Amino acid sequence: MSIAARSAPVLFSTRLQPWTGLKSSANNVSLRFKYQSTNPPPAKYGGRHTVTLIPGDGIGPELLNHVRELFRFCCVPVDFEVVRVDSSASSEDDINNAVTAIKRNGVALKGNIETNHNLPPSHNPGTICFDLYANVMHCQSLPGVPTRHKDIDVIIIRENTEGEYSSLEHENVPGVVESLKIITRVNSLRIAEYAFNLAREKGRRKVTAVHKANIMKLGDGLFLQCCKEVAAGYPDITFDKMIVDNTTMQLVSKPQQFDVMVMPNLYGNVVSNVCAGLVGGPGLVPGVNYGKDYAVFETATRNTGKNIANKNIANPTATLLASCLMLDHLKLRAYAKMIRKAVLKTLSETQLQTADLGGQGTTSEVAHSIMQEIQRGGPRTSEQI
Amino acid sequence: FGGKTWYIKVSFTCLKSKYLEELNIQTVTLIPGDGIGPEISTAVMKIFEAAKAPIQWEERNVTAIKGPGGRWMIPPEAKESMNKNKIGLKGPLKTPIAAGHPSMNLLLRKTFDLYANVRPCVSIEGFKTPYTDVDLVTIRENTEGEYSGIEHLIVDGVVQSIKLITEEASRRIAEYAFEYARNNQRTSVTAVHKANIMRMSDGLFLRKCREVAENYKDVKFTEMYLDTVCLNMVQDPSHFDVLVMPNLYGDILSDLCAGLIGGLGVTPSGNIGANGVAIFESVHGTAPDIAGKDLANPTALLLSAVMMLRHMGLHGHAKKIETACFDTIRDEKVLTKDLGGNAKCSEFTADICRRVQDMD
Repeated sequence: MSIAARSAPVLFSTRLQPWTGLKSSANNVSLRFKYQSTNPPPAKYGGRHTVTLIPGDGIGPELLNHVRELFRFCCVPVDFEVVRVDSSASSEDDINNAVTAIKRNGVALKGNIETNHNLPPSHNPGTICFDLYANVMHCQSLPGVPTRHKDIDVIIIRENTEGEYSSLEHENVPGVVESLKIITRVNSLRIAEYAFNLAREKGRRKVTAVHKANIMKLGDGLFLQCCKEVAAGYPDITFDKMIVDNTTMQLVSKPQQFDVMVMPNLYGNVVSNVCAGLVGGPGLVPGVNYGKDYAVFETATRNTGKNIANKNIANPTATLLASCLMLDHLKLRAYAKMIRKAVLKTLSETQLQTADLGGQGTTSEVAHSIMQEIQRGGPRTSEQI
Repeated sequence: FGGKTWYIKVSFTCLKSKYLEELNIQTVTLIPGDGIGPEISTAVMKIFEAAKAPIQWEERNVTAIKGPGGRWMIPPEAKESMNKNKIGLKGPLKTPIAAGHPSMNLLLRKTFDLYANVRPCVSIEGFKTPYTDVDLVTIRENTEGEYSGIEHLIVDGVVQSIKLITEEASRRIAEYAFEYARNNQRTSVTAVHKANIMRMSDGLFLRKCREVAENYKDVKFTEMYLDTVCLNMVQDPSHFDVLVMPNLYGDILSDLCAGLIGGLGVTPSGNIGANGVAIFESVHGTAPDIAGKDLANPTALLLSAVMMLRHMGLHGHAKKIETACFDTIRDEKVLTKDLGGNAKCSEFTADICRRVQDMD
């Protein structure tokens, strides 16, 4: 609360000068010790946070520009440190710089990076370097969006580091390739613990583990056993399990039955894409990758959208909602609430919807409308924010 | 006098098979299965009789027996019958939990090398689902991939599961997919993969598909990532035509598509094996709670049987039976419980038989 007052978030006012923070350095120090490893690093200068921004490929750069403009407009006390990592000419040095920047800031907002098949396999080096073990996606039916299914509200938690994406492949005999899927007890327990914790925090009633243990008896069997063990410690939450093919069938016929779902890597990819499609498409759902000390915010489905890049037709909703989640994480909740409200209000106006929702609005029209919506909320004093 | 009777018996058998041959009646192995299996098989036989389809059924049981050497196998009469007739129709089989033998479906798959699982998914008018314009076919590689069953416990708490992709199997399934597309007037084949992550394994699968596509220039070939397919499938399934993919993705996607059209109770399925063997089956469970009560829905098995007729080249009869079935469902007067009505299985069957006979 004291941080918020110091950052003086009065709309339309000038930004605070960075040196203001020095006056209250004593307070900052005490807060720094309070926020140990579980909380984001405190704002260092004048109550402003620094966040690493990775524009990526395709529609990433243009949408993240809109985010930056919106933050400037709302005087959000966040500074972006831009790091270029994309499929064209990304050397080892660039990637190392990105990694260092994220380690320094602890939080990153990123666009999607297209996989360059000529580079050695380094799928998402981020998840491995920072141990971003949980990918969380909250799919809800948004008002004003035309979909076949209504009232969907599912949180999908996907194990992000192991499973089928271990990138361990070899060709022992020409023409025969083996790919290893690794499941470990430690990671399975960790993700299950995370899932149940989140369910409890958000007041959710049921956690469903998605698996294929009837076929992969040892691998998915271990995952399921770990989930069961963790579930025993949360008697207030119902634990359920479902085979992945049945899950997809149920998702397209009765998605309302699901609450929180936890699963290994590959099934998580499939289920999160199915759910994103059910609530209206890749342009609407934000996703977060959490580690113990770091958090990376992005769109839930990792498409680069290179066909629609720079044409001003991409849907900025997912990226903007991801930035709101980032603001929540940085404890700038009031800003998050304000921006989220404006984004959802604009989304419900059908004449402004972008092409992926069947409308004819452009990205800039949507961004402009969001800013107008925020302006309509009137000037806010520091007490309100 | 005894000799003469023997002579009459033998000549009668020869005459019968000659008669069948002349009428082009083909023999098909029928495996009724467990639970509701027998009643839906009877329903299908009745409908085929009403449609005067040139099919003769040979019923066989496939409960696993222990062969010489201690390995589980299917009974030799069943195996012989399948190898002779080449075409089979199978109802749901139950896998007893502690029987000691592997699942029956797995055993059949291994015995006849059923490498391709084909599931055409077409929206059924009269059975409302949120998706109305589905018309696609999923072709899944059924022998290797993630389901090889090769797993190891490396150290306590670390398990490794091996996904196997071979050149031979990938080429075989790709060829089948393109042949199927060509024979069924399909315009495009899409390979579903995750080669950006699993570069070598799915990369090999993709390479083989590309190579085979070169020989089938009349069919359009595209490739798509698994997650993109899932995303687009639930938003607009009309974009897809024939999908070919390895085992795990095929399992997930074929069930996803079954869900789009209304579930496993109305989805047909066929398994194609080496040496021309083909077994068509219904993929739902045995439903032991409604077994024997005349409440089952024979649609899945019936549509699989229709698929079988098409495979055998009997397109006329296939069309007749399929139209009758869809008409009955569209009319919504005589529907079984799972389709939303409260008619009995026999009433549903009788209605379809009546329609088939009226068509002649």
